[in-house]
Amino acid sequence: MNPGTTTSIKRMIRQEVFPTPFCPGCGHGILLGAILRAIDELGWSMDEFLFVSGIGCGGWIPSPHFAADTLHVTHGRAIAFATGAKLFNPELKVVVIGGDGDLASIGGNHLIHGARRNIDLTVICANNMIYGMTGGQVTPTTPHGAYTMTTPQGNPERPFDLCQLVAAAGASYVARYSVYHVRQLIRSLKRALQHPGFSFVEVLSSCPVQYGRRNELRSPVAMLNYFREHCVPISRAHTMDSAELADKIVIGEFVR
Amino acid sequence: MSAQGWQTVSSVLPPGRYFLQGDEACAEGAIAAGCNFYAGYPITPASEVMERIARRFQELEGRVFVQMEDEIGSIAAVIGASWAGAKAMTATSGPGFSLMLENLGYAIMTETPLVLVDIQRAGPSTGQATRPAQGDVFQARWGASGDYEVIVLAPWSVADMYWQTIRAFNLAEQFRVPVIILGDEGIGHLRERVDILPEVRVYNRLKEQGKPPFGGQLVPPMPAFGEGAKLLVTGSTHDPWGYRRTADSRVQAELVDRLSRKITERREEIVQAEAFFCDDDPELLLVAYGFTARSAYRAARELRMQGVRAGLLRLATLWPIPEKTIREKAACARHVLVPEMNRGQLLREIQRIVPHAKGYNKTNGEVITPGEIIGAVREKIG
Repeated sequence: MNPGTTTSIKRMIRQEVFPTPFCPGCGHGILLGAILRAIDELGWSMDEFLFVSGIGCGGWIPSPHFAADTLHVTHGRAIAFATGAKLFNPELKVVVIGGDGDLASIGGNHLIHGARRNIDLTVICANNMIYGMTGGQVTPTTPHGAYTMTTPQGNPERPFDLCQLVAAAGASYVARYSVYHVRQLIRSLKRALQHPGFSFVEVLSSCPVQYGRRNELRSPVAMLNYFREHCVPISRAHTMDSAELADKIVIGEFVR
Repeated sequence: MSAQGWQTVSSVLPPGRYFLQGDEACAEGAIAAGCNFYAGYPITPASEVMERIARRFQELEGRVFVQMEDEIGSIAAVIGASWAGAKAMTATSGPGFSLMLENLGYAIMTETPLVLVDIQRAGPSTGQATRPAQGDVFQARWGASGDYEVIVLAPWSVADMYWQTIRAFNLAEQFRVPVIILGDEGIGHLRERVDILPEVRVYNRLKEQGKPPFGGQLVPPMPAFGEGAKLLVTGSTHDPWGYRRTADSRVQAELVDRLSRKITERREEIVQAEAFFCDDDPELLLVAYGFTARSAYRAARELRMQGVRAGLLRLATLWPIPEKTIREKAACARHVLVPEMNRGQLLREIQRIVPHAKGYNKTNGEVITPGEIIGAVREKIG
């Protein structure tokens, strides 16, 4: 069986849990597939892994889908739980998967301290720029001016640049892609999984239901097109001035 | 991997007579019980537990210590390590305990063995960091959200701190529950003699695979991460195999019921209380725990010398409350007095069992003295 194919990665999923709880057009299914393809292409067994996730849509990517040890914990605390498991049993490959609200808002302290420790965890942030499960409230990564259930006149605050945040805190592998950039994403996830130390991959994910429909990106295709049109690779970003970069999202590997 | 069930192991500290602080005895009790993971955050008056562990774990093989970024992260790391197969502990004081309550609830829901030590200080809030109190009796009982039972132990001497910490680990492993040790600054910072015996009885959790880890029996077996069990652990309502069933009323009812029953049905194996001067059905019964029980012991002895038929019931477990023993010992007592360094917390529970019980309470950050208890008794019985 060729690694990374749909047939191959099906073995890594608990078939009985389908259909997934994700809304139509959700980008998290693409990310779920990308993570499994990365593991499969590396030739690693799911038995070597522990997946830790918190609360929110992103937390449901591994739990209960992944046929491996999964620890689905309290809101924001996944990295702290993962730290305990990894320190006690360093042979476990420990991967944290969570949303932007979970990892960067309520869990922000654990995120920067995990990066500071440079502990051997892979942290994948499914950033859909919104609290999806609770009905579409603003998060620390919602763009300035965006409309949400709690910013009816547009977001007055600035978003975090998560990659710069964790890089500054000491993470030793940092990358950002979107669910539109699947091939680059899988390659990056493979590097993150193989990296000894704190690796962080931010994945812009589409949420047409809670984010898109309030921000003129109502359809799943519109959201993917948004990522296609607004993401620029680091190499190109270097040639652009700040005015050109104003509404752009830089993607690529920031720390390697 | 260590053997499962009851084992007799050699003491880690060479047997003999030691002069230890309460917090240090707690650390040594944990080490004796097989604690091999500790995560914590500094807080007065519990920091000495962590400092002793940090130093001692360096000298011992296969034990992991980490100082986390806060108390929330500390108990989270403890739970993660416990599922990775560790015997894990954290220690804190009232304000830090407040921060741990959400994940304490998670540990209850996921049936995670761990030991949480609360060296109580005067509150509410930051209060008096270096002063003793017994204000967390109900924080320990009901602090997390939802309905549950909990095991809370209350040591009253440095030696008792050592043995109760060992017992806390054994209960946590036997029942797959977090066990809380409710100390106080008085005991935590007290220094006195501890006799370390050559051998210790310890219990290691049962790990049998192929059986549901969250049901099927009162206390299900608990495999660890990395053993191929493909564990699904979640704090959401889950069926016996760990699948989320957040809209299933039957699964929710059965889970909450079993989580409580595993403690209530085996209550008599858990509860402990010691009676002193109680052989002649005392007319006055003191019911006390923690540091206050020491003053109550002295008060009872002196009252005896003054001709008052006084007795003491020292509670070693607060939750579950040793209800049967309290009822028996108080049966013939005309007066029941419950001295506490709070405004009458455990008194409420004692009054449920013995309606005529009265409290003697003090919340100025100082311990209750034997003289004060004698004074309170004299006021009541003349």
